[in-house]
Amino acid sequence: MSAQHYENPEITFQPDHSGGTKKIWRIFWVLSVLTIVELALGYFLYAKGTDIGYATVMATKITIGVLTIAKAYYIVSVFMHLGDEIRNFIMTIIVPLALFVWFIIAFLADGNSWKNLRNTNAGSTPNQTEQVEKSPNETQH
Amino acid sequence: MGSTTIPAGTKWWSGGKSPFNVSYGKVMMWYFLMSDAFTFGAFLISYGTIRFSVNHWADPNHVFNSFPFAGHANLPLAFVSLMTFILIFSSVTMVLAVHEGHLMNRKGVEKYMILTIIGGLAFLGCQAWEWTHLLTGEHVALLTDGTLGVIPTTVTANPWGDNLTSAETLSALQKSSHQQLVAIASTLHHGAETAHHNLNALTNQELISQISASGLHATHSGPIAFGGYFFGITGFHGFHVFSGVIINIVMYIKTKLGHFDQRGHYEMIEKAGLYWHFVDLVWVFVFLCFYLV
Repeated sequence: MSAQHYENPEITFQPDHSGGTKKIWRIFWVLSVLTIVELALGYFLYAKGTDIGYATVMATKITIGVLTIAKAYYIVSVFMHLGDEIRNFIMTIIVPLALFVWFIIAFLADGNSWKNLRNTNAGSTPNQTEQVEKSPNETQH
Repeated sequence: MGSTTIPAGTKWWSGGKSPFNVSYGKVMMWYFLMSDAFTFGAFLISYGTIRFSVNHWADPNHVFNSFPFAGHANLPLAFVSLMTFILIFSSVTMVLAVHEGHLMNRKGVEKYMILTIIGGLAFLGCQAWEWTHLLTGEHVALLTDGTLGVIPTTVTANPWGDNLTSAETLSALQKSSHQQLVAIASTLHHGAETAHHNLNALTNQELISQISASGLHATHSGPIAFGGYFFGITGFHGFHVFSGVIINIVMYIKTKLGHFDQRGHYEMIEKAGLYWHFVDLVWVFVFLCFYLV
C-alpha cells in the first residue's frame, strides 16, 4: 500500500509512510514503562527518605534523569519523526541543543558554589549546616 | 539514524530543492521549537541553580500529595502521574492523526484530532485543579516576624520548610495575635462556621492549649523562589498546552472543511503535531524537575 503524494519540488525523497501503526503503539508502551519505572524510583526516594544516604539519593535521581532523556529521545525520534529525516537536518537540531550539557554542568555547579559560600561565610567559617542536621538536640537551631 | 535511503551523488546544495529534504514550513517549525527549547531550558536551569544554592527546598512529595475528591489522603506522585499519562496518550493520538494524514484519510484525521484536543483539555483541567489547590491551601507556617500564620503556596508565600519542633511551635504561638490563633484553630476544624464563632470567644491561652493538644504540624517558611518557579514554569508550559489546543482546534476545523484534501496533503497536521509533541517533550522535563527529584 502506498500513500498518494502531491508533488512538492522541495522534497527529493518521500519518507516511507506505508508502515502501519505498530511502531507508534510500541513506542507508547516504551514511554509508559519508562514513566512507571521513573515513578517507582520516585516512590523509592519518598519511602526511604534520607536514610539511604546522599550518594544513593543522587544516584537514583541521576537514573531518573537518564530515563527522562530516553523518553525525550523516543518522542523526538519517533513521534516527531526526526529519526526519519536526513542526517544533515538532524544535526542542525541536535548540535545546538548539545550546548545544554555545558549549561547544566556550569549553572548547577554555580548554584552549589553559592550554597557553600553562604554556609561558610565565604570560606571564613566551617560549614555549619551538616552539624545542625546531625545534632541530636533539635531545639538548637 | 535516518531510515530514508538516499542515492549517492545527490546534489543537495545545487538549488531547486530543499537541502534538508524537508519543506520550508517544517524546517521553520523545527527551528522555532529549538528556540523554544532554549527558553524552557533556561527557565529550568535557572530553577536548578537556585535550588542548588539553598540548604532547604520544598519536598515535592509533601507539596504535591493530593488528588481530587480524595480529601486529605497522602498520595504523593499520584495526580501528576495521571497528568503525565494524559499527555503521553494525547501525543499518541496526535501521531496517529499525522499517520492518517499521510494516508489522506480525512475521517481518521478528524477522529484522532478530536481525541488529541480532549486530551489537551483534560490536562489543562488537571493543571487548573492543582494550581487552585496550592493557591487556596491552608498551611500553618512560621512567618518572618516569628509568629505563626495560615498561608497558601503562592509566588510570595511558601509553607514548605522543615518541621518546627514542639518547643518552637509553642513559643511562636505565644507571639501570635488573637486573630492568627483563631485562624490556626479553625484550620483544625476545617472551617466550620459555628466553630469559628466559638473560637473567637476564647482567650489566647485557651486557643494555644487547644492548638497544642491537637498535635499541630507547623513548619518553617520555605524559599519564596519555589512558588515563582513552579507557577512560572508550569504556567508557561500550560500556556503552550493552551495554544496547542487552539492550534489543534483550528486544524480540526480545516480538516472538516476539506481544506487539506483540496491542497492535496496534510502537512499542516504534521506541523501542528510537531508543536504538540514538543509540549509533551517539555512536560517530560517539567515532570522530572518539579515532581520526581
